[in-house]
Amino acid sequence: MPLYLALTCVSALLAVSVYAIVDRRNHDVSRNVYRLCIGLCGVLFLAAVMPRGAHVVSTALPLGLPWIGMHFRIDVLTAFFLAVVNLGGAAASAYAIGYGAHEKEPMRVLPFYPAFLAGMNLVVLADDAFTFLVAWEFMSLTSWALVLTHHHEEENRRAGFVYLLMASFGGFALLMAFGVLGGVAGAYDFASIRESTKEGWKTGLVLALALVGMGSKAGLAPLHIWLPLAHPAAPSHVSALMSGVMTKVAIYGFIRVVFDLLGPPAFWWSVEPMTFGAASALIGVLFATIQSDLKKLLAYSTIENIGIIFIALGLALAFKANGMALPAALAFTAALFHVFNHSLFKSLLFFGAGAVLNASGERSIERLGGLIHSMPKTAFLFLGGCVAIAALPPLNGFVSEWLVFQAILLSPSLPQWTVKLLVPAVGVALALSAALGAGCYIRAYGVAFLGRPRSEAARAAHDPDRWSLGTMAVLLTLCLMAGLLPSLLIDMISPVAKDFVGGRMPTQAELSWLSIAPVAESRSSYNGLLVFAFILFSAYSARWVIHKFGTARSRRAPAWDCGYIETSPMTQYTASSFAQPIRRTLGVIAFSVRDRLDMPAPGDTRPARLSVDIKDRIFDYLYAPLTRAVESCAAGLNILSLLTIQEYLALVFAALVFLLVLVAI
Amino acid sequence: MTLLFNILAQGVQMLLVLALAPLLIGFVRKLKARLLRRKGPPIIQPWLDLIRLLRKEVVLAENASWLYRWAPYLIFAMIWVAASLVPTFATGLTFSWSADLIAIIALLGSARFFLALAGMDIGTSFGGIGSSREAMFGSLAEPAMMMIVFTVSFVAGTTQLSEIAAYMVANMELRASVGMALVALLIVAIAENGRIPVDNPATHLELTMVHEAMVLEYSGRYLALIELAAALKLLLYLSLIACVFFPVGLASHDAGAEAMMIGLCAYVLKLAIGGGALALFETTTAKMRIFRVPDFLGAGLMLGLLATLLVFVTRSL
Repeated sequence: MPLYLALTCVSALLAVSVYAIVDRRNHDVSRNVYRLCIGLCGVLFLAAVMPRGAHVVSTALPLGLPWIGMHFRIDVLTAFFLAVVNLGGAAASAYAIGYGAHEKEPMRVLPFYPAFLAGMNLVVLADDAFTFLVAWEFMSLTSWALVLTHHHEEENRRAGFVYLLMASFGGFALLMAFGVLGGVAGAYDFASIRESTKEGWKTGLVLALALVGMGSKAGLAPLHIWLPLAHPAAPSHVSALMSGVMTKVAIYGFIRVVFDLLGPPAFWWSVEPMTFGAASALIGVLFATIQSDLKKLLAYSTIENIGIIFIALGLALAFKANGMALPAALAFTAALFHVFNHSLFKSLLFFGAGAVLNASGERSIERLGGLIHSMPKTAFLFLGGCVAIAALPPLNGFVSEWLVFQAILLSPSLPQWTVKLLVPAVGVALALSAALGAGCYIRAYGVAFLGRPRSEAARAAHDPDRWSLGTMAVLLTLCLMAGLLPSLLIDMISPVAKDFVGGRMPTQAELSWLSIAPVAESRSSYNGLLVFAFILFSAYSARWVIHKFGTARSRRAPAWDCGYIETSPMTQYTASSFAQPIRRTLGVIAFSVRDRLDMPAPGDTRPARLSVDIKDRIFDYLYAPLTRAVESCAAGLNILSLLTIQEYLALVFAALVFLLVLVAI
Repeated sequence: MTLLFNILAQGVQMLLVLALAPLLIGFVRKLKARLLRRKGPPIIQPWLDLIRLLRKEVVLAENASWLYRWAPYLIFAMIWVAASLVPTFATGLTFSWSADLIAIIALLGSARFFLALAGMDIGTSFGGIGSSREAMFGSLAEPAMMMIVFTVSFVAGTTQLSEIAAYMVANMELRASVGMALVALLIVAIAENGRIPVDNPATHLELTMVHEAMVLEYSGRYLALIELAAALKLLLYLSLIACVFFPVGLASHDAGAEAMMIGLCAYVLKLAIGGGALALFETTTAKMRIFRVPDFLGAGLMLGLLATLLVFVTRSL
């Protein structure tokens, strides 16, 4: 029943796409499309959480390739990700009711938006390789179309090109992965793949290909270069969907292939996700720290969070391979918890960025400032998102990072030396990225929202409409709930952990005061609710005491600033000056950064100039040689396009003979 | 009855840290003055300053926002809660399980987050410079702290401070890894509290200041709260060092009033020793350049990492 309901909703989403094209002359089309999307996402969310009757529901529809059909299935993992996808989808649609009204070319968004939602749902529901890949490519293409919404800008066209290239590369890797999994016999439905036996080299190959394919969509370093270009290029609600939700679909794919289809893991499987996860976390957060484009900053921080999720998944693999069910469940739960959290606060932050962009026309925080006065409600909600994503208690980001740390603390009992020495290094990377993440959001919020306005646009900005504000408020409430009552969420995730890593965390609801204790209360416990209550109590009692026995009087006066009188808001600390200490201490390793000061000689009247060159090493050392190699290959192959007809025939014949010989052997 | 006693003990701890924190600052100041052959203000002077500030009218900058007015309360509350969760005279108090060591560190991180934001709210360049440097210190000190947490909890098998202290009391032995963690923690504590050689708590109107630059615009009760929070943070770090590395005399939560009194005396003595060491260290050291601080903190991070690796290696042999 829930499966058919879900599939009906997906087809309805596709129908909404068609409706958007048919009814394009109507003024209310944008509003109608987004309303329908909210409704359908809501029903899909219900389909995910409603009792399913059986543990697993599956069906095969006679669509697609003849004799094979399309298989769909809902199990606990699908249900979890279905819930995440549609929660994000519903939020983005609700936000877009207000935000979408400002779109200058709605026809470049409306037909693709419901289709994009449908594609993401189909990936999660798919139960055979064919359906999975078709849905995956559909999702890529619709999101590509959305990235090109504002195609008049050169930068966006380039983003679309890079995205298309990386998406096809990732899709190709996935095609190969499923090819190897399905084998020569070609049993491509997931049930047969699950039962088939896999040789050692095959698992290694599939693991690497899955990591490349899913990782390129999720934004795992070094395959992340398209993400900070493409995510910000789309309209903000689509950016939120791409960053908050589509990357999670990629995580789903990775879990499905590696934890489910590939069978019981070996310990070395954990090395790749952990290494690349740690690299992504660090690279993501360092680049986020030096960005001054608000949406790009958020996109880079997505890379960081994806890295954290992959670290947790790698840990889960290592524990699972050694039959340590409880730690594996802990790490796996931490990963899924972070998936849920990130989808909430990243959507919230992108919505906030969209509101700022709409109100001021500015994406660069260098020209903003003082928005807390002109957009007080947005400022409050955005602050909540920043606290959540910076992993600060009592909000939810902290809980999932705390769980990852607890999983790391269980790792000395792992028997393999490779993993044992890798884990502390990964732990440093995680701690460093958490701390840098906090600094990054201090900078983003402080420069954009606090201080004095740096431009007239920032001064004249205003809060967005009720729909946008309401959506952000709901997301922030959810963040707070997940932070204060994590035990409920952990208990919801634990059936997934039981099916996919073979163990479950102790039931958290049984603990007193709604606290969480992953292993045992004597080992570690955290109670967000109580900490929050303590903070509120302390703050209010301090206020009460001071107002009662001290004074509550205050007076406004010009800023003191050590007696200096600053006239221009341009004398404030800027985003790049804020990042300078970090750029200077860590930047040299991570990205080749060079500050150049051009100081004129005394008596010379030209102005002094400071220029900062920042180069992405990954781009310089990995992609640039790759591009050159492809170009030289293309130039070499160019002669093939100038052959005579006889030569072509000979070539085709030779190729045919070669392939036949290959098959015969 | 037991529950009442437990809650009472927790309440006593909350008020105790609050009362002692400014006295600790006063003690360190007095000692530093004596070491320089000055007479110095009385030990109770910080409390007198605070009371004076609380009675004064607040002068708010013209464009101060609500965040600027909330932040002192939040910062104070977060640090106070964190400080009351670190065992001082007794372990295993009623609410000690509501946050483990990682959560306590993160609470301090939250306080730092809001302090740095408050520094940027008025939009002066002093505030910005302080916030920016605080963010840099934090992003190096916090990972170092996490490495120390890793080491200690690998050794004790838990992240609950009370359990760690109990383990350390039961297994008194010299460990190289714990020693390294102690040195790393001292480095982090100096940096986090803005003491010499990282920052000078007595400085004003200098381009090298960090903490003072962030709170430059605060006055009256807001300034009092922030000063009190800073004092609590110093006390917290000293309590942490005392509880993890020198847990002598710590009473258990069910040990009765007499053991708790002994614990209290031991705690005050430990604070006095810690404060004395700090004063001695500060008078004999010069402040370092701002861009040498990352090296200093990096040393802490590396020591923490080495300690962690050492535990990993020795544990499995």
